[in-house]
Amino acid sequence: MQLALFIIFGLVAIAGALNLLFQRHPINSALSLIVVMMSLAVLYWSLGAEFLAAAQVIVYSGAIMVLFVFVIMLLNAGEEERTRGSRIAYIAGIPGAAAIFCLLSFVFLSERKQLGTTQLGGYLSSAVSNITGISHILFTSLLLPFEVTSILILVAILGAVVLARKEL
Amino acid sequence: MNHLSQFQIFLLLTVLKIAIVLVITLTTVAYTVLLERKVLGRLQNRWGPSRTGPFGLLQPLADGIKLFLKEDMMPLAVDRPLFILAPIIALSCALISVSMVPFGAQTLFHGVDLFQVADLNVGLLIILGITSIGVYGIALSGWSSNNKYSLFGSLRSTAQMISYELALGLSLVGVVLRAGSLSLRDIVNSQAHHGMLSWNVFGGCQFVGFFIYLMAAYAETNRSPFDLPEAESELVAGYHTEYSSMKFAMFFMAEYANMITVACVATLLFFGGAGTPFGHLFEGIFTHGFIHAVLPILWFISKVFAFLLLYIWVRGTLPRFRYDQLMGFGWKFLLPIAMVNILATALALAFHG
Repeated sequence: MQLALFIIFGLVAIAGALNLLFQRHPINSALSLIVVMMSLAVLYWSLGAEFLAAAQVIVYSGAIMVLFVFVIMLLNAGEEERTRGSRIAYIAGIPGAAAIFCLLSFVFLSERKQLGTTQLGGYLSSAVSNITGISHILFTSLLLPFEVTSILILVAILGAVVLARKEL
Repeated sequence: MNHLSQFQIFLLLTVLKIAIVLVITLTTVAYTVLLERKVLGRLQNRWGPSRTGPFGLLQPLADGIKLFLKEDMMPLAVDRPLFILAPIIALSCALISVSMVPFGAQTLFHGVDLFQVADLNVGLLIILGITSIGVYGIALSGWSSNNKYSLFGSLRSTAQMISYELALGLSLVGVVLRAGSLSLRDIVNSQAHHGMLSWNVFGGCQFVGFFIYLMAAYAETNRSPFDLPEAESELVAGYHTEYSSMKFAMFFMAEYANMITVACVATLLFFGGAGTPFGHLFEGIFTHGFIHAVLPILWFISKVFAFLLLYIWVRGTLPRFRYDQLMGFGWKFLLPIAMVNILATALALAFHG
């Protein structure tokens, strides 16, 4: 049953991603992206990462995509025009995507011993808590990168404020 | 029930729990509307609805029948799929978050908790996540209506909800720090030792967090004094201007269901959930039997009811904010105070905890 859940939401994620590309109106594309992110959250949860799943929903679907939709609504963006696209996209794009796919699958398959394995959907029936583990790692061994990242984000916020208010 | 397997019992009980909780929530929504009209009426020195049934008690039923039977108008220029999807998103998000709420003391029956639909170890985060998804209902309704008042209403509402979500989330961190868990059941249990004295709002010294939560929650649910998205004097009816019949009713129900959820969460996090306020004082009186099982639910309901009354009282008392005041209040007042509250709680726990 957990496997069925995994497969269903994996397919929903792929369908959402394809719909994102094929839709002509930006707001429909943004909504497809939300579907992709929500199904990714379900996949994370079925792999035993419930904190990551909740963070994915709150941060990506709940905050970042709301801003996307907000901007699309505010600018009243119209439907995009279909063009043939550039030649380079056809020549380099498809082989490039195929090459990246092959490379990633090669790396994952050859290094599967080091990456470790997880039980597909096995965590849904028996609840494990990895929040304590995540916070322990974040605030002990990874404390410096964590704090540096937050300072980086703070600098970005201040930069955005300065750019937005010229008369400051 | 012995011939059923563990999974079948779980499935049956869960479906039953979901059905009961949905029915109770929707009935409460209907009667909260009546309560609001009655109390607002009394606040303004008039009767409120009093003609339908005794004391106007059948008014929600009459309203429901009226909204069901009305013609469902759909303007020509709307974006049809999103116009239909928006109220569904709003209502379903409002109803899903009730499933995390523990309504009574933990009562296990064949390994299934009877008074909570789902006990998740990240329950609080899930409620926050579902609330943030609920923004889409309002945002999309305004955009797909193709009407400038609707769009203004939904833009205001989106900006307001994003801004106040920060203060809302940060105000809860103090409680999570004290309980050491994100599971709502654990948070309630952490306040159960000495009755009222160990509730987070009194004994836990989280009253600052509580007031931030209360104000941010009013803004999150688009209620007065933060009801700018549907300010009648400026925007006709805001984001649901173009909606009629059942679709309008869904927005209406979503607003009240959100109110109930927010009241439940406030009760759970700051007022000890289903715990008694007297602690161990009257412990020996009802040790078993029906009253022992029902008493926690009665405490829970009375606390939630008190919050709903407070909502209505505030609506009848305070005037609406201006838009820049709203944003300034959220970002320059609530957010810094919430951070100071986190810092103070963390320091206190580090020295005494």
